[in-house]
Amino acid sequence: MNDAIWSADGMFVLAVLGMTAVTYSMRAGGYWVMGRVPLTPRVRRALESLPGAIIVSTILPIALKGGLSAMVALAVAAGVMALWRKDIVAVTLAAATAALCRAYGL
Amino acid sequence: MSEKPVTLTLDGCVRGARLCLPIMPGTIAFGAVFGTVCAQKGLSLLETVLINSLVFAGASQFVAMELYQAQLTFGIVVAMIGVVAAVNMRMLLIGASLRPWLGHVPGRQTYPALYFLTDINWLISLREYDRGERDWGIYLGSGLFVWVIWSCAVVPGYLAGSQVTDPAKWGLDVILPAYFVALLVPLWKGRRQTLSWFAAGAVALASWYFLGGYWGILTGAVTGALVGAYVDE
Repeated sequence: MNDAIWSADGMFVLAVLGMTAVTYSMRAGGYWVMGRVPLTPRVRRALESLPGAIIVSTILPIALKGGLSAMVALAVAAGVMALWRKDIVAVTLAAATAALCRAYGL
Repeated sequence: MSEKPVTLTLDGCVRGARLCLPIMPGTIAFGAVFGTVCAQKGLSLLETVLINSLVFAGASQFVAMELYQAQLTFGIVVAMIGVVAAVNMRMLLIGASLRPWLGHVPGRQTYPALYFLTDINWLISLREYDRGERDWGIYLGSGLFVWVIWSCAVVPGYLAGSQVTDPAKWGLDVILPAYFVALLVPLWKGRRQTLSWFAAGAVALASWYFLGGYWGILTGAVTGALVGAYVDE
């Protein structure tokens, strides 16, 4: 078990190094460019719209694949966030909702 | 108008770390959840610590683990790097917006420090800059502090998570998508987001239906960004 815990797959390390490099290039890249080129309002709006678009594109297939219990749980998360803006509460209640739905066979 | 010079002090770093404290319960919880996800996907503890502390970008780590398979091929590795790039593209913008402040500091100091750029220390730094703060220890101290907390939080989550045999029974599998929903809600401001998100969702679902897998994240995200760029206020 101790051996397994401290092992690392070569391909996985390659993936981690790639992800680290690409993330750092984003962290430093925008700062670097800004020292040279001004952002137009349109480019700024595109970059501002990106996070929400990524999240929507990630969640929708997961919700459809997960069936009714997943959809209800995600709706609970959205409702809690809209009302109270507490992400920990939203996530905890979503997990509890999914567990309850499944306990009752939904 | 005379500008105060930009400085770096240990006191500023400590104040930056202290400003993070209210947000840390969330960071600890999601670091622990990431450890649980990694344990469920069959990563070793060393692999979990490597991805968590080196990549150091919460949401993108979760998305990468959605793609992870026990038998990694070059295709999957490239896809993981691709989605991490897509999710973290916002860092180009948040980094750019720090230029007016950190631009006064020599590059040999700022470029290593940019490794620790996150949404948290970005928000704190911009707020304090607006209030007249010119000690960039606020940025550096908060970034280092969040990195240490995030790096530690993953371990108990990993060790506890490997004990969980049926995550779906306890609803643990919806924690990740629910976290995405929780991040999404405060981003909604009005018509531009409605149109951008609708376009992103439509293209993502079409890609998922016709191409399968994860390509919908990339195609949907790029579509949503383009729509957002061309919808005027």
